Amino acid sequence: MNATAKITPEQRVAKLVDTLNTAFKKKECTVDEAFGEVTLTVPCEDLLEVLFDLYGHASLGFDQLIDLCGVDYLTYGQVEWETSTASSTGFGRGVDRAIDADPKKSNRYAVVYHLLSIENNVRLRVKTYLDSEHPIVESAIVVWPVADWFEREAFDLYGILFAGHPDLRRILTDYGFVGHPFRKDFPLSGHVEMRYDPEKKRVIYEPVSIEPRTLVPKVIREDNRYMNEKSN
Amino acid sequence: MPEIRNYTLNFGPQHPSAHGVLRLVLEMDGEVIERSDPHIGLLHRGTEKLAETKPYNQNIPYMDRLDYVSMMQNEHAYVLAVEKLLGIEAPIRAQYIRTMFDEITRILNHMMWLGTHALDIGAMTVFLYCFREREDLMDCYEAVSGARMHAAYYRVGGVYRDLPDEMPRFSASDLQRDKSELDRLNKNRQGSLLDFIEDFTDRFPGCVDEYETLLTENRIWKQRTVGIGVVTAERAKALGFTGPMLRGSGVEWDLRKKQPYAAYDKVDFDIPVGVNGDCYDRYLVRIEEIRQSNHIIKQCIDWLRANPGSVMVENHKIAPPKRAAMKSDMEGLIHHFKLFSEGYCTPPGEVYAAVEASKGEFGVYIVSDGANKPYRLKLRAPGFAHLMAMDEMAKGHMLADVVALIGTMDVVFGEIDR
Repeated sequence: MNATAKITPEQRVAKLVDTLNTAFKKKECTVDEAFGEVTLTVPCEDLLEVLFDLYGHASLGFDQLIDLCGVDYLTYGQVEWETSTASSTGFGRGVDRAIDADPKKSNRYAVVYHLLSIENNVRLRVKTYLDSEHPIVESAIVVWPVADWFEREAFDLYGILFAGHPDLRRILTDYGFVGHPFRKDFPLSGHVEMRYDPEKKRVIYEPVSIEPRTLVPKVIREDNRYMNEKSN
Repeated sequence: MPEIRNYTLNFGPQHPSAHGVLRLVLEMDGEVIERSDPHIGLLHRGTEKLAETKPYNQNIPYMDRLDYVSMMQNEHAYVLAVEKLLGIEAPIRAQYIRTMFDEITRILNHMMWLGTHALDIGAMTVFLYCFREREDLMDCYEAVSGARMHAAYYRVGGVYRDLPDEMPRFSASDLQRDKSELDRLNKNRQGSLLDFIEDFTDRFPGCVDEYETLLTENRIWKQRTVGIGVVTAERAKALGFTGPMLRGSGVEWDLRKKQPYAAYDKVDFDIPVGVNGDCYDRYLVRIEEIRQSNHIIKQCIDWLRANPGSVMVENHKIAPPKRAAMKSDMEGLIHHFKLFSEGYCTPPGEVYAAVEASKGEFGVYIVSDGANKPYRLKLRAPGFAHLMAMDEMAKGHMLADVVALIGTMDVVFGEIDR
């Protein structure tokens, strides 16, 4: 083990934040630290350049792309059950499942890269927000070949396009699937169901017959603020 | 001269050595692979999307069903991510139990891998031997959780319950075996679970020796694995390899050592590393990992014997209160009701937690908007990156070597397709 093993993870994170702050000052990147992890938010246009810099950086050298994924921020922060008015009027009984966000809202999609430097033993999250109507970003395949399938997956599930990807096919969904299932406006139960038709003697697709329902409503409470004081 | 053309061969998804539902479209020149295109997703269940509609605790059983031969390690990554988000830490005893069961899981996984890999290449006996040992470990799973595979034993803030003081025994059945056989089966089940595991760890190295006698110097085994699917360290990193696939190529990288979680910084073990990066080296690496796992389990048993204590955080915003408290105490009742009807909310933010699973780095990325359900859950499956390299690794090899490659990658479609 070399000298880097002696420094604590906290020191490593602090050093990483410093290095990033100096290296990417000019470009409009922001460095955040939360939960002991570092996130570098990069404007979409500069992404490929920044990824190249991170890969080849003398003291960072992120030689592995661990993960790449899409995120859809359409319903971020929306709840299905109103609880704040409960004390005055009582709880509402109904679960509000309607999405009242604008599907064209800006920065709806994000692509998140999780990088790992084996040599320096640090992790970094790189995040870029995309335009909602034309979510397109440069492919990272030229930096890390492993981006190939991860980008295909993000395309399949979110419809995010990766410019320069040589073979942007669907990967996880069925042959001939329509839509991007992980988008927040795609219902959990999907649009079509499949069964064998004994008369036609083949498998047929039909519109889904099940009603989507919410088993446990999504609520946002601040009760997590008690957690630390209680456990101490 | 007849014209020689490339032809396309479809391999799987219903092929016994496709390890589940892998469909490979192979472009062949004679018997040599020119290009291979894995088609995955036949087991895609949308786990990540399902998880967005469930409170944090209810997602734990989904994790078992990802990599369904290393169940508890998947749970571990998930509970670590949620614990990081909540800013809590499991009690030390729970950390040791997790470490022990992670290693039991690693043996389970590597037994499965070794058995099927050898079976694919033509060694039937190893398969039977491996499954014999798996049975005992499955019983350990059953003893702590009630389920042989899909345990849901790790919980946010600890583990579901402490290790049982009594190991379940076989009982006589109508198709009665004679009494002496029943006694033989129950011989090592007279004490606690820890006694049973200790008995296992004592005889297990001998079992590994048995597998090695069958394979390590076996001429056919070596012909089928040495020099097959060679990956250099440089390529292994670029292709996103982790775990034994990366170590087989000579990169000394193990999250248990480099970014320790649970009790891995308190136990002693070594990381085996390969040299040539071929199927044979990866085999040797995994065999040594099994031995190291056995060594870790022994240390955990000793510690767990000497240190009784709580296995769950006392914070009833996250962990349910005791049954008695729930029946007699108003606050206990409220906590119980809220936990099981609504769950707990996490602070908003995003975390990534990874564990060194048997196959490589299994990571969980959670985006939370402060609700009782994850806003986005991304599971980083090691097999996904490994299978991606199929095209590069298979190029120029014979069709029969593809089977060896599928085996060496240790692919499980539960995690790849999610």
